[in-house]
Amino acid sequence: MRARPSPDFPVSFSAQFDPAAARLMLAGDCGMDDAPVLAAALDAVRSAVPETLRVEIGGTLDLGPSWLLRALVLDLRGAGRQVELDGRVPEHLRFLDEIAARDVGSLPAPGQATFADRFAEFGGSLRRRVAGWYEALVFGGRLLESAGTAWRSLRRLRVPSVVRHMHETGVQAIPVVAVIALLISVISAYIGAQQLRPFGAEIYTVDLVTIGVLRELGVLLTAIMVAGRTGSAYAAELGVMKLNDEVDALEAMGMNPYEVLVLPRVVALVLVMPLLTVVADFMGLAGGALLTSYLIDLPWSQFVMRLDSSIGDTTFWAGMVKAPVFGLLIALTGTLRGLQVRESSRELGRLTTVAVVQSIFLVIFADALFAIYFLEIDF
Amino acid sequence: MAAVRPLIVVRDIVNRFGAQVVHDGVSFEVMPGEVFGIVGGSGSGKSVLLRTMLGLRRPDAGTVAIEGREITAMDDRELRDVKRRYGVTFQHGALFTSLTVAENVTLPVAEVLDLDEPSLARLLELRLRMVGLPLEAAAKHPAQLSGGMVKRVALARALALDPAILFLDEPTAGLDPIAASAFDELVLYLRDTLRLTIVMVTHDLDTLARTCDRVAVLVDRKVIVDTLEGIVANDHPWIRHYFHGGRGRAVRAAQGDGRGA
Repeated sequence: MRARPSPDFPVSFSAQFDPAAARLMLAGDCGMDDAPVLAAALDAVRSAVPETLRVEIGGTLDLGPSWLLRALVLDLRGAGRQVELDGRVPEHLRFLDEIAARDVGSLPAPGQATFADRFAEFGGSLRRRVAGWYEALVFGGRLLESAGTAWRSLRRLRVPSVVRHMHETGVQAIPVVAVIALLISVISAYIGAQQLRPFGAEIYTVDLVTIGVLRELGVLLTAIMVAGRTGSAYAAELGVMKLNDEVDALEAMGMNPYEVLVLPRVVALVLVMPLLTVVADFMGLAGGALLTSYLIDLPWSQFVMRLDSSIGDTTFWAGMVKAPVFGLLIALTGTLRGLQVRESSRELGRLTTVAVVQSIFLVIFADALFAIYFLEIDF
Repeated sequence: MAAVRPLIVVRDIVNRFGAQVVHDGVSFEVMPGEVFGIVGGSGSGKSVLLRTMLGLRRPDAGTVAIEGREITAMDDRELRDVKRRYGVTFQHGALFTSLTVAENVTLPVAEVLDLDEPSLARLLELRLRMVGLPLEAAAKHPAQLSGGMVKRVALARALALDPAILFLDEPTAGLDPIAASAFDELVLYLRDTLRLTIVMVTHDLDTLARTCDRVAVLVDRKVIVDTLEGIVANDHPWIRHYFHGGRGRAVRAAQGDGRGA
């Protein structure tokens, strides 16, 4: 197709339009790489609209450039101008005429969005939103249904699968959760000690750290880490399975994807979240003890005594009961968004992001509800 | 033909994955303007060979030269220039699912060339017409296309920079016989009118019989290259099985009238 003599000796292409003589001179061989040069010259001709035009072709033209030249020639001839091709007229022209004669419709015009288009787009997004809610309902229903059957027979719960997910989302998350909990307790102890010192109330740093970590920070930060780690993984895993038709394959084999894919993940995360929270709580308290001993010279034995008196019977449980709820929210959001992936890789990316953002939002929202509720019942 | 320099020269290629040797001294040449078929059993390394020829994989030994330039010895920048000289279609189309057909086909041009919108639109129309796609398809996303159309869009994208060589990986896999034979005709038409050189990996015996001038068969980590008649007459057990099994009979039947072009 490239009729260049040899790539070892590229002849540089040049295109010049001489308006006075109404001549377009094309020198050298023109491949697609030279198309911008040609297009610029053709544009000059187009804006000048000469009465007559002589095109002198010195070298060969590849298919793409020939097509651009042909378009110009046809446009000018259509406007009643005289166009003459001279020199090495590309032999592709016959092929181009042939394919141009085929009736294949026309390119859809991009055009300006009219008011009707915008309205239709608005309606479309509304419809998709409602469809999304409906999908969430169907998702919830089918999950409950498969949970109901799994309740009756242990085999349906797929224990190996649950254990695998517990390992991936729980055991492997321990290091990062531990480090985050340690750091956050260091931060809160540091700020607490600094703010309380002017009042001579540094000892309350212990209360601040222990109550803060046990009631709120431990479980909340664990949930946020897990949302970023596991929520996204769930959405991406299921999304890729959707794109590969693996979900359809399961269904075609008579297996229930909710039972095989969704339920084990949800169960695993609900079981694992409290365990991770225990790790976070422990590391948080350790970090608090470490920092108070360093900042306010509080011996460890004193820290433990102070801790014992500051926390109530329910402080630990106020944090702990939230853990499975957060786990449930994260797992449901991740798997639901994963199963909503359709058609394209962009959808996969979008829904993975949505899964993380929404699960973090839901976790914090639920935490706020818990806070109000615990205050009301004095927990 | 003797005076014509081969377009692609593959010399003594060795490819290994750990202890497993996939290719052990594979050599062949592809002549300008021919349709060159590559066949082989599953796991015989057809895709690895194709990736080696494309410069996507460096062989453990041996050389590949395209238009006299050794791509196996090139750095990435030189290789990029060579890559513009060929077009590739992948087995499953490998269209970018988040882009429309128009964006998919225009991408290689818009990426390397500084062209104005009207010219890009004209070139898009050319490529779609070349592969026989209805122009309305331009606004669609790959997920909305049939299998045959996906293959055609992939071909249009491969043709976007007027390549001298086309590499087609299983171009007719997954197409119904009508769509597959239409695709064969399209390949032959482009070859005849544009004098393209085409290298295709295929399992489709009909496509092989209809389009390929010469065939390379990968067996026992080596390659046997011959015309289709020669290959069919070869008495290597795997080749006999391949061409003389139930599916192969149709090819031999088609040989009488199939290869007029």
